[in-house]
Amino acid sequence: MSTQYVLFDAPGPRSRRIITILNILVALIVIGVLVWVYQALAAQGQMSPHLWWNAINTNAWVNYLLPGLTFTLQAAAIAVVSSVVFGLFFGFLRLAPVRILRWISMVIVEFFRAVPVLVLMVFLHFFFSQYLSNVIDPRNSAYYAVIVALTLYNGAVIAELVRAGVRSLPAGQREAALAVGMTTTKSLRYVEVPQALVAMLPSLVSQFVIILKDSALGYIIGFSELLRYSRHLGAGYGNIMQALVVAAIIFIIINSLLVQLAQMLSRRLSSRTSGVTEVGIPGIAPIAGDTVEDEATETRAQAIIQQDKRK
Amino acid sequence: MEDILFLFEQYPIWEGFWANLKLAFFSAIFAFTLGVILALFRISPVRSMSWLSGAFINLVRNIPLTVLVVMGVLIFWGQLQINMHPDFDTNFFMLATIALSIYHAPFFAEAIRSGVNTVPLGQAEAARSIGLGFFAAARLIIIPQALRGAITPIGNTLIALIKNTTVAAAASVMEASGIMRTMIEFNPNLMVAIFLIIAIGFSLIVIPVGLLTTWLSERLAVTR
Repeated sequence: MSTQYVLFDAPGPRSRRIITILNILVALIVIGVLVWVYQALAAQGQMSPHLWWNAINTNAWVNYLLPGLTFTLQAAAIAVVSSVVFGLFFGFLRLAPVRILRWISMVIVEFFRAVPVLVLMVFLHFFFSQYLSNVIDPRNSAYYAVIVALTLYNGAVIAELVRAGVRSLPAGQREAALAVGMTTTKSLRYVEVPQALVAMLPSLVSQFVIILKDSALGYIIGFSELLRYSRHLGAGYGNIMQALVVAAIIFIIINSLLVQLAQMLSRRLSSRTSGVTEVGIPGIAPIAGDTVEDEATETRAQAIIQQDKRK
Repeated sequence: MEDILFLFEQYPIWEGFWANLKLAFFSAIFAFTLGVILALFRISPVRSMSWLSGAFINLVRNIPLTVLVVMGVLIFWGQLQINMHPDFDTNFFMLATIALSIYHAPFFAEAIRSGVNTVPLGQAEAARSIGLGFFAAARLIIIPQALRGAITPIGNTLIALIKNTTVAAAASVMEASGIMRTMIEFNPNLMVAIFLIIAIGFSLIVIPVGLLTTWLSERLAVTR
Protein backbone atom coordinates (compact mmCIF):
# COMPACT_ATOMS: atom_id res chain seq x y z
CA MET A 1 0.00 0.00 0.00
CA SER A 2 1.38 3.37 -0.88
CA THR A 3 0.97 6.19 1.59
CA GLN A 4 -0.35 8.65 -0.91
CA TYR A 5 -3.69 6.92 -1.18
CA VAL A 6 -4.52 7.73 2.44
CA LEU A 7 -4.39 11.44 1.83
CA PHE A 8 -5.00 11.64 -1.88
CA ASP A 9 -7.70 10.26 -4.07
CA ALA A 10 -6.79 8.98 -7.53
CA PRO A 11 -6.18 12.18 -9.56
CA GLY A 12 -8.74 13.28 -12.10
CA PRO A 13 -7.97 15.19 -15.33
CA ARG A 14 -7.67 18.56 -13.56
CA SER A 15 -5.42 17.22 -10.82
CA ARG A 16 -3.29 15.50 -13.44
CA ARG A 17 -2.80 18.83 -15.19
CA ILE A 18 -1.80 20.49 -11.92
CA ILE A 19 0.58 17.64 -11.17
CA THR A 20 2.26 17.99 -14.56
CA ILE A 21 2.71 21.74 -14.06
CA LEU A 22 4.15 21.17 -10.57
CA ASN A 23 6.50 18.51 -11.92
CA ILE A 24 7.88 20.92 -14.49
CA LEU A 25 8.14 23.69 -11.89
CA VAL A 26 10.05 21.49 -9.44
CA ALA A 27 12.39 20.30 -12.19
CA LEU A 28 13.11 23.92 -13.18
CA ILE A 29 13.75 24.96 -9.57
CA VAL A 30 16.06 22.00 -8.95
CA ILE A 31 18.04 22.70 -12.12
CA GLY A 32 18.16 26.39 -11.20
CA VAL A 33 19.51 25.69 -7.72
CA LEU A 34 22.10 23.23 -9.06
CA VAL A 35 23.30 25.73 -11.65
CA TRP A 36 23.46 28.47 -9.03
CA VAL A 37 25.49 26.28 -6.64
CA TYR A 38 27.80 25.25 -9.47
CA GLN A 39 28.40 28.85 -10.48
CA ALA A 40 28.92 29.99 -6.90
CA LEU A 41 31.48 27.23 -6.39
CA ALA A 42 33.12 27.86 -9.76
CA ALA A 43 33.46 31.55 -8.88
CA GLN A 44 35.47 30.44 -5.82
CA GLY A 45 37.60 28.20 -8.02
CA GLN A 46 36.23 25.08 -6.34
CA MET A 47 35.11 23.37 -9.53
CA SER A 48 38.52 23.17 -11.17
CA PRO A 49 39.04 19.55 -12.29
CA HIS A 50 42.44 19.00 -10.69
CA LEU A 51 41.02 19.63 -7.19
CA TRP A 52 38.40 16.92 -7.72
CA TRP A 53 40.84 14.62 -9.46
CA ASN A 54 43.27 14.89 -6.54
CA ALA A 55 40.50 13.70 -4.24
CA ILE A 56 39.78 10.53 -6.21
CA ASN A 57 43.01 9.56 -7.97
CA THR A 58 45.13 6.55 -7.07
CA ASN A 59 47.24 8.52 -4.61
CA ALA A 60 44.13 9.70 -2.73
CA TRP A 61 42.73 6.18 -2.52
CA VAL A 62 45.94 4.35 -1.65
CA ASN A 63 47.36 6.82 0.85
CA TYR A 64 44.27 8.39 2.41
CA LEU A 65 40.81 7.04 1.65
CA LEU A 66 41.50 3.32 1.82
CA PRO A 67 43.55 3.44 5.04
CA GLY A 68 40.90 5.67 6.61
CA LEU A 69 38.10 3.45 5.39
CA THR A 70 39.93 0.39 6.70
CA PHE A 71 40.11 1.87 10.20
CA THR A 72 36.47 2.97 10.07
CA LEU A 73 35.26 -0.43 8.90
CA GLN A 74 37.54 -2.28 11.29
CA ALA A 75 36.34 -0.34 14.34
CA ALA A 76 32.72 -0.63 13.18
CA ALA A 77 32.99 -4.36 12.48
CA ILE A 78 34.49 -5.13 15.88
CA ALA A 79 31.89 -2.91 17.55
CA VAL A 80 29.10 -4.70 15.66
CA VAL A 81 30.19 -8.13 16.90
CA SER A 82 30.84 -7.05 20.48
CA SER A 83 27.64 -5.02 20.74
CA VAL A 84 25.62 -8.01 19.52
CA VAL A 85 27.23 -10.14 22.25
CA PHE A 86 26.64 -7.42 24.86
CA GLY A 87 23.09 -6.87 23.63
CA LEU A 88 22.12 -10.54 23.63
CA PHE A 89 23.55 -11.00 27.12
CA PHE A 90 21.72 -8.06 28.68
CA GLY A 91 18.64 -8.70 26.56
CA PHE A 92 18.32 -12.20 28.02
CA LEU A 93 19.07 -10.82 31.45
CA ARG A 94 16.16 -8.41 31.08
CA LEU A 95 13.91 -11.42 30.49
CA ALA A 96 15.39 -13.41 33.37
CA PRO A 97 12.98 -14.93 35.89
CA VAL A 98 14.93 -13.38 38.79
CA ARG A 99 13.81 -9.84 39.54
CA ILE A 100 17.18 -8.51 40.74
CA LEU A 101 18.86 -9.60 37.49
CA ARG A 102 16.17 -7.88 35.44
CA TRP A 103 16.58 -4.77 37.53
CA ILE A 104 20.39 -4.64 37.23
CA SER A 105 20.32 -5.10 33.49
CA MET A 106 17.58 -2.47 33.16
CA VAL A 107 19.71 0.12 34.98
CA ILE A 108 22.77 -0.69 32.85
CA VAL A 109 20.84 -0.65 29.59
CA GLU A 110 18.97 2.58 30.36
CA PHE A 111 22.16 4.32 31.53
CA PHE A 112 24.09 3.58 28.35
CA ARG A 113 21.13 4.53 26.18
CA ALA A 114 20.76 7.90 27.87
CA VAL A 115 24.41 8.99 27.77
CA PRO A 116 25.60 10.55 24.49
CA VAL A 117 28.11 8.29 22.72
CA LEU A 118 30.58 11.14 22.43
CA VAL A 119 30.60 11.71 26.20
CA LEU A 120 31.27 8.01 26.67
CA MET A 121 34.02 8.09 24.05
CA VAL A 122 35.82 11.10 25.52
CA PHE A 123 35.72 9.58 28.99
CA LEU A 124 36.96 6.16 27.85
CA HIS A 125 39.73 7.78 25.84
CA PHE A 126 41.11 9.47 28.97
CA PHE A 127 40.36 6.47 31.13
CA PHE A 128 42.28 4.07 28.90
CA SER A 129 45.33 6.26 28.57
CA GLN A 130 45.36 6.99 32.30
CA TYR A 131 44.59 3.68 33.96
CA LEU A 132 45.05 0.98 31.33
CA SER A 133 48.23 2.25 29.71
CA ASN A 134 50.03 -1.02 30.48
CA VAL A 135 47.29 -3.06 28.75
CA ILE A 136 46.45 -0.72 25.89
CA ASP A 137 49.12 1.21 24.06
CA PRO A 138 48.25 4.89 24.77
CA ARG A 139 48.60 5.58 21.03
CA ASN A 140 45.69 3.22 20.42
CA SER A 141 43.51 4.39 23.28
CA ALA A 142 41.30 6.46 20.93
CA TYR A 143 40.72 3.40 18.74
CA TYR A 144 39.67 1.27 21.71
CA ALA A 145 37.62 4.10 23.19
CA VAL A 146 35.63 4.25 19.92
CA ILE A 147 35.04 0.50 19.90
CA VAL A 148 34.07 0.22 23.57
CA ALA A 149 31.82 3.31 23.51
CA LEU A 150 30.02 2.05 20.39
CA THR A 151 29.68 -1.38 22.00
CA LEU A 152 28.17 -0.06 25.22
CA TYR A 153 25.66 2.24 23.51
CA ASN A 154 24.62 -0.03 20.67
CA GLY A 155 24.73 -3.10 22.89
CA ALA A 156 22.21 -1.39 25.15
CA VAL A 157 20.01 -0.61 22.14
CA ILE A 158 20.26 -4.22 20.92
CA ALA A 159 19.35 -5.47 24.40
CA GLU A 160 16.17 -3.43 24.05
CA LEU A 161 15.60 -4.89 20.58
CA VAL A 162 15.79 -8.41 22.03
CA ARG A 163 13.31 -7.59 24.75
CA ALA A 164 10.97 -5.71 22.42
CA GLY A 165 11.25 -8.56 19.91
CA VAL A 166 10.10 -11.11 22.47
CA ARG A 167 7.30 -8.80 23.65
CA SER A 168 6.08 -8.20 20.12
CA LEU A 169 5.36 -11.90 19.56
CA PRO A 170 1.67 -12.77 19.68
CA ALA A 171 0.67 -14.10 23.13
CA GLY A 172 -0.53 -17.30 21.41
CA GLN A 173 3.08 -18.43 20.84
CA ARG A 174 3.83 -18.50 24.54
CA GLU A 175 0.44 -19.91 25.41
CA ALA A 176 0.85 -22.73 22.88
CA ALA A 177 4.31 -23.54 24.26
CA LEU A 178 2.95 -23.67 27.81
CA ALA A 179 -0.01 -25.74 26.65
CA VAL A 180 2.25 -28.46 25.22
CA GLY A 181 3.95 -28.66 28.60
CA MET A 182 7.02 -26.43 28.25
CA THR A 183 8.16 -24.38 31.23
CA THR A 184 8.36 -20.58 30.82
CA THR A 185 12.14 -20.81 30.43
CA LYS A 186 11.84 -23.50 27.78
CA SER A 187 9.18 -21.50 26.00
CA LEU A 188 11.55 -18.52 25.95
CA ARG A 189 14.45 -20.65 24.75
CA TYR A 190 12.82 -22.78 22.06
CA VAL A 191 9.84 -20.73 20.92
CA GLU A 192 10.00 -17.05 21.73
CA VAL A 193 13.66 -16.01 21.54
CA PRO A 194 14.43 -17.77 18.21
CA GLN A 195 11.48 -16.04 16.58
CA ALA A 196 12.38 -12.74 18.19
CA LEU A 197 15.94 -13.01 16.88
CA VAL A 198 14.73 -13.58 13.33
CA ALA A 199 12.29 -10.71 13.72
CA MET A 200 14.97 -8.34 14.95
CA LEU A 201 17.51 -9.11 12.20
CA PRO A 202 16.43 -6.18 9.99
CA SER A 203 16.56 -3.75 12.91
CA LEU A 204 19.95 -5.18 13.77
CA VAL A 205 21.25 -4.44 10.28
CA SER A 206 19.98 -0.87 10.48
CA GLN A 207 21.72 -0.62 13.84
CA PHE A 208 24.94 -1.32 11.95
CA VAL A 209 24.31 1.86 9.97
CA ILE A 210 24.25 3.76 13.27
CA ILE A 211 27.48 2.10 14.40
CA LEU A 212 29.20 3.00 11.14
CA LYS A 213 28.00 6.59 11.32
CA ASP A 214 28.90 6.97 14.99
CA SER A 215 32.40 5.65 14.35
CA ALA A 216 33.03 9.05 12.74
CA LEU A 217 32.71 10.56 16.25
CA GLY A 218 36.17 9.11 16.78
CA TYR A 219 37.39 12.06 14.71
CA ILE A 220 36.71 14.32 17.70
CA ILE A 221 38.91 12.28 20.06
CA GLY A 222 41.67 11.88 17.48
CA PHE A 223 41.01 8.42 16.10
CA SER A 224 42.38 8.24 12.54
CA GLU A 225 39.33 7.13 10.61
CA LEU A 226 37.93 8.06 7.21
CA LEU A 227 36.98 11.62 8.16
CA ARG A 228 40.38 12.35 9.71
CA TYR A 229 42.21 10.88 6.71
CA SER A 230 40.12 12.82 4.22
CA ARG A 231 40.90 15.95 6.17
CA HIS A 232 44.60 15.15 5.85
CA LEU A 233 44.05 14.61 2.14
CA GLY A 234 42.32 17.97 1.85
CA ALA A 235 45.04 19.72 3.84
CA GLY A 236 47.76 18.14 1.71
CA TYR A 237 46.33 19.02 -1.68
CA GLY A 238 44.32 22.15 -0.89
CA ASN A 239 41.05 20.42 -1.76
CA ILE A 240 39.38 20.10 1.63
CA MET A 241 35.91 20.50 0.16
CA GLN A 242 36.41 17.82 -2.48
CA ALA A 243 38.02 15.43 0.00
CA LEU A 244 35.18 15.78 2.50
CA VAL A 245 32.57 15.37 -0.23
CA VAL A 246 34.25 12.13 -1.33
CA ALA A 247 34.28 10.89 2.29
CA ALA A 248 30.58 11.72 2.62
CA ILE A 249 29.80 9.87 -0.63
CA ILE A 250 31.67 6.78 0.61
CA PHE A 251 29.58 6.82 3.79
CA ILE A 252 26.38 7.29 1.76
CA ILE A 253 27.15 4.34 -0.52
CA ILE A 254 28.03 1.89 2.27
CA ASN A 255 25.08 2.92 4.43
CA SER A 256 22.58 2.80 1.56
CA LEU A 257 23.67 -0.76 0.83
CA LEU A 258 23.13 -1.68 4.49
CA VAL A 259 19.70 -0.02 4.51
CA GLN A 260 18.70 -1.98 1.41
CA LEU A 261 19.92 -5.18 3.01
CA ALA A 262 17.76 -4.40 6.06
CA GLN A 263 14.71 -3.82 3.89
CA MET A 264 15.32 -7.00 1.91
CA LEU A 265 15.69 -9.00 5.13
CA SER A 266 12.52 -7.43 6.48
CA ARG A 267 10.57 -8.64 3.43
CA ARG A 268 12.17 -12.09 3.30
CA LEU A 269 11.92 -12.91 6.98
CA SER A 270 8.36 -11.81 7.68
CA SER A 271 7.13 -15.33 6.80
CA ARG A 272 9.67 -17.02 9.08
CA THR A 273 8.52 -15.55 12.36
CA SER A 274 5.35 -14.45 14.06
CA GLY A 275 7.18 -11.34 15.26
CA VAL A 276 7.21 -7.97 13.52
CA THR A 277 10.15 -7.67 11.12
CA GLU A 278 9.38 -4.09 10.16
CA VAL A 279 12.40 -1.77 10.48
CA GLY A 280 11.29 1.25 12.49
CA ILE A 281 12.93 4.34 11.09
CA PRO A 282 16.23 3.20 9.64
CA GLY A 283 19.15 5.01 11.13
CA ILE A 284 17.66 6.12 14.40
CA ALA A 285 17.35 4.01 17.50
CA PRO A 286 14.50 4.13 19.96
CA ILE A 287 16.00 5.73 23.01
CA ALA A 288 15.60 5.83 26.79
CA GLY A 289 12.36 6.21 28.58
CA ASP A 290 10.07 4.10 26.47
CA THR A 291 8.38 1.45 28.51
CA VAL A 292 6.55 -1.75 27.75
CA GLU A 293 3.32 0.10 27.04
CA ASP A 294 5.13 2.34 24.65
CA GLU A 295 6.45 -0.61 22.70
CA ALA A 296 2.99 -2.07 22.71
CA THR A 297 1.59 1.02 20.97
CA GLU A 298 4.43 1.01 18.50
CA THR A 299 3.97 -2.68 17.78
CA ARG A 300 0.26 -2.11 17.35
CA ALA A 301 0.99 0.62 14.84
CA GLN A 302 3.42 -1.64 13.01
CA ALA A 303 0.95 -4.50 13.02
CA ILE A 304 -1.56 -2.20 11.35
CA ILE A 305 0.98 -1.26 8.70
CA GLN A 306 1.62 -4.95 8.08
CA GLN A 307 -2.05 -5.70 7.80
CA ASP A 308 -2.44 -2.94 5.27
CA LYS A 309 0.53 -4.27 3.34
CA ARG A 310 -1.02 -7.70 3.11
CA LYS A 311 -4.26 -6.30 1.70
CA MET B 1 32.09 15.91 47.90
CA GLU B 2 34.33 18.95 48.21
CA ASP B 3 35.95 17.96 44.96
CA ILE B 4 32.61 17.99 43.21
CA LEU B 5 31.72 21.40 44.61
CA PHE B 6 35.13 22.58 43.46
CA LEU B 7 34.36 21.36 39.95
CA PHE B 8 31.05 23.20 39.88
CA GLU B 9 32.72 26.38 41.13
CA GLN B 10 35.69 26.15 38.84
CA TYR B 11 34.14 25.11 35.54
CA PRO B 12 31.07 26.39 33.65
CA ILE B 13 29.19 23.09 33.88
CA TRP B 14 25.76 24.76 33.96
CA GLU B 15 26.64 27.00 31.04
CA GLY B 16 27.77 23.90 29.17
CA PHE B 17 24.45 22.14 29.58
CA TRP B 18 22.66 25.40 28.80
CA ALA B 19 24.54 25.49 25.47
CA ASN B 20 23.36 21.93 24.73
CA LEU B 21 19.79 22.91 25.54
CA LYS B 22 19.98 26.00 23.34
CA LEU B 23 21.42 23.99 20.46
CA ALA B 24 18.69 21.37 20.95
CA PHE B 25 15.93 24.00 21.11
CA PHE B 26 16.86 25.85 17.92
CA SER B 27 17.80 22.74 15.95
CA ALA B 28 14.59 21.01 16.99
CA ILE B 29 12.50 23.91 15.68
CA PHE B 30 14.36 24.13 12.37
CA ALA B 31 14.65 20.38 11.92
CA PHE B 32 10.97 19.81 12.68
CA THR B 33 9.87 22.54 10.26
CA LEU B 34 12.10 21.16 7.52
CA GLY B 35 10.91 17.67 8.44
CA VAL B 36 7.24 18.64 7.99
CA ILE B 37 8.02 20.11 4.56
CA LEU B 38 9.99 17.00 3.58
CA ALA B 39 7.19 14.73 4.78
CA LEU B 40 4.55 16.69 2.84
CA PHE B 41 6.71 16.52 -0.28
CA ARG B 42 7.35 12.83 0.31
CA ILE B 43 3.68 11.86 0.47
CA SER B 44 2.47 14.25 -2.22
CA PRO B 45 1.13 12.71 -5.43
CA VAL B 46 3.49 14.92 -7.44
CA ARG B 47 6.20 12.46 -8.46
CA SER B 48 9.05 14.97 -8.69
CA MET B 49 8.38 16.40 -5.22
CA SER B 50 8.27 13.02 -3.59
CA TRP B 51 11.40 11.97 -5.46
CA LEU B 52 13.25 15.12 -4.43
CA SER B 53 12.33 14.70 -0.79
CA GLY B 54 13.20 10.99 -0.90
CA ALA B 55 16.60 11.75 -2.39
CA PHE B 56 17.34 14.38 0.26
CA ILE B 57 16.21 12.08 3.08
CA ASN B 58 18.28 9.13 1.87
CA LEU B 59 21.39 11.20 1.26
CA VAL B 60 21.43 13.11 4.53
CA ARG B 61 20.38 10.16 6.68
CA ASN B 62 23.42 8.18 5.60
CA ILE B 63 26.03 10.87 6.29
CA PRO B 64 27.48 10.85 9.81
CA LEU B 65 26.56 13.96 11.79
CA THR B 66 30.25 14.54 12.54
CA VAL B 67 30.94 14.76 8.81
CA LEU B 68 28.17 17.34 8.40
CA VAL B 69 29.46 19.47 11.27
CA VAL B 70 33.06 19.27 10.02
CA MET B 71 31.86 20.15 6.52
CA GLY B 72 30.08 23.18 7.93
CA VAL B 73 33.24 24.36 9.65
CA LEU B 74 35.86 23.49 7.04
CA ILE B 75 33.91 24.07 3.83
CA PHE B 76 31.24 26.63 4.66
CA TRP B 77 33.35 28.76 6.95
CA GLY B 78 36.93 27.77 6.17
CA GLN B 79 36.85 27.35 2.41
CA LEU B 80 33.92 29.42 1.17
CA GLN B 81 34.41 32.10 3.85
CA ILE B 82 30.71 32.44 4.60
CA ASN B 83 30.27 34.25 7.90
CA MET B 84 26.80 34.29 9.36
CA HIS B 85 27.66 36.38 12.36
CA PRO B 86 30.60 38.70 13.13
CA ASP B 87 31.02 37.12 16.56
CA PHE B 88 33.22 34.05 16.28
CA ASP B 89 31.43 31.93 18.89
CA THR B 90 27.94 32.83 17.67
CA ASN B 91 28.96 32.03 14.12
CA PHE B 92 30.08 28.56 15.12
CA PHE B 93 26.99 28.07 17.25
CA MET B 94 24.90 28.86 14.15
CA LEU B 95 26.95 26.49 11.98
CA ALA B 96 26.41 23.68 14.49
CA THR B 97 22.68 24.48 14.66
CA ILE B 98 22.39 24.32 10.87
CA ALA B 99 24.25 21.00 10.70
CA LEU B 100 22.10 19.54 13.50
CA SER B 101 18.90 20.79 11.81
CA ILE B 102 19.80 19.35 8.42
CA TYR B 103 20.85 16.04 9.94
CA HIS B 104 17.69 15.53 12.00
CA ALA B 105 15.14 16.83 9.49
CA PRO B 106 14.96 13.49 7.60
CA PHE B 107 14.32 11.66 10.86
CA PHE B 108 11.46 14.01 11.73
CA ALA B 109 10.13 13.60 8.18
CA GLU B 110 10.19 9.82 8.46
CA ALA B 111 8.56 10.02 11.91
CA ILE B 112 5.69 12.07 10.49
CA ARG B 113 5.37 9.81 7.49
CA SER B 114 5.22 6.74 9.72
CA GLY B 115 2.45 8.53 11.62
CA VAL B 116 0.49 8.97 8.40
CA ASN B 117 1.13 5.30 7.70
CA THR B 118 -0.67 4.27 10.88
CA VAL B 119 -3.93 5.74 9.58
CA PRO B 120 -5.90 2.93 7.93
CA LEU B 121 -7.05 3.46 4.37
CA GLY B 122 -10.65 3.00 5.49
CA GLN B 123 -10.51 6.29 7.37
CA ALA B 124 -9.80 8.20 4.17
CA GLU B 125 -12.42 6.24 2.26
CA ALA B 126 -15.01 6.90 4.94
CA ALA B 127 -14.14 10.60 4.91
CA ARG B 128 -14.54 10.78 1.14
CA SER B 129 -17.75 8.80 1.16
CA ILE B 130 -19.42 11.24 3.56
CA GLY B 131 -18.47 14.00 1.13
CA LEU B 132 -15.40 15.58 2.74
CA GLY B 133 -13.02 17.15 0.27
CA PHE B 134 -9.22 16.85 0.41
CA PHE B 135 -8.58 19.64 2.93
CA ALA B 136 -11.51 18.76 5.15
CA ALA B 137 -10.52 15.09 5.20
CA ALA B 138 -6.89 15.95 5.90
CA ARG B 139 -7.72 18.45 8.65
CA LEU B 140 -10.51 16.55 10.41
CA ILE B 141 -9.71 12.88 9.87
CA ILE B 142 -6.19 12.07 8.70
CA ILE B 143 -3.84 14.58 10.33
CA PRO B 144 -5.19 14.32 13.91
CA GLN B 145 -4.75 10.56 13.82
CA ALA B 146 -1.41 10.76 12.02
CA LEU B 147 0.05 13.18 14.59
CA ARG B 148 -1.01 10.90 17.42
CA GLY B 149 0.64 7.96 15.70
CA ALA B 150 3.81 9.97 15.17
CA ILE B 151 4.35 10.99 18.81
CA THR B 152 6.65 8.10 19.72
CA PRO B 153 9.03 8.39 16.73
CA ILE B 154 9.06 12.20 17.05
CA GLY B 155 9.94 11.88 20.74
CA ASN B 156 12.70 9.40 19.94
CA THR B 157 14.13 11.74 17.31
CA LEU B 158 14.03 14.61 19.79
CA ILE B 159 15.96 12.56 22.34
CA ALA B 160 18.55 11.61 19.72
CA LEU B 161 18.81 15.29 18.79
CA ILE B 162 19.43 16.33 22.41
CA LYS B 163 22.20 13.76 22.77
CA ASN B 164 23.67 14.65 19.40
CA THR B 165 24.14 18.31 20.40
CA THR B 166 27.41 17.08 21.94
CA VAL B 167 28.75 16.68 18.39
CA ALA B 168 28.80 20.50 18.23
CA ALA B 169 32.13 20.01 19.99
CA ALA B 170 33.48 19.34 16.48
CA ALA B 171 32.59 22.96 15.69
CA SER B 172 34.33 24.05 18.92
CA VAL B 173 31.07 25.13 20.54
CA MET B 174 31.64 25.16 24.30
CA GLU B 175 29.10 22.62 25.53
CA ALA B 176 28.93 19.91 28.18
CA SER B 177 31.11 17.29 26.47
CA GLY B 178 33.80 19.86 25.69
CA ILE B 179 33.74 21.09 29.28
CA MET B 180 33.98 17.50 30.48
CA ARG B 181 37.08 17.12 28.36
CA THR B 182 38.70 20.23 29.85
CA MET B 183 37.76 19.16 33.37
CA ILE B 184 39.30 15.70 32.92
CA GLU B 185 42.44 17.14 31.36
CA PHE B 186 43.08 19.30 34.41
CA ASN B 187 41.71 16.93 37.07
CA PRO B 188 42.52 13.41 35.86
CA ASN B 189 42.17 12.08 39.41
CA LEU B 190 38.47 13.07 39.42
CA MET B 191 37.84 11.46 36.01
CA VAL B 192 35.07 9.08 37.04
CA ALA B 193 33.20 11.69 39.10
CA ILE B 194 33.37 14.14 36.19
CA PHE B 195 32.04 11.57 33.76
CA LEU B 196 29.19 10.70 36.13
CA ILE B 197 28.25 14.38 36.56
CA ILE B 198 27.94 14.85 32.80
CA ALA B 199 26.30 11.47 32.23
CA ILE B 200 23.71 12.03 34.96
CA GLY B 201 23.12 15.54 33.64
CA PHE B 202 22.22 14.13 30.24
CA SER B 203 20.07 11.41 31.81
CA LEU B 204 18.16 14.09 33.71
CA ILE B 205 17.45 15.92 30.45
CA VAL B 206 16.75 12.89 28.28
CA ILE B 207 14.71 10.63 30.56
CA PRO B 208 11.92 13.19 31.27
CA VAL B 209 11.56 13.73 27.51
CA GLY B 210 11.25 9.95 27.11
CA LEU B 211 8.67 9.70 29.90
CA LEU B 212 6.71 12.61 28.44
CA THR B 213 6.72 10.92 25.03
CA THR B 214 5.45 7.68 26.52
CA TRP B 215 2.77 9.45 28.57
CA LEU B 216 1.58 11.48 25.57
CA SER B 217 1.58 8.54 23.18
CA GLU B 218 -0.48 6.50 25.63
CA ARG B 219 -2.85 9.32 26.46
CA LEU B 220 -3.41 10.19 22.84
CA ALA B 221 -3.24 6.68 21.41
CA VAL B 222 -5.89 6.01 18.80
CA THR B 223 -7.86 2.94 19.78
CA ARG B 224 -8.40 0.71 16.79
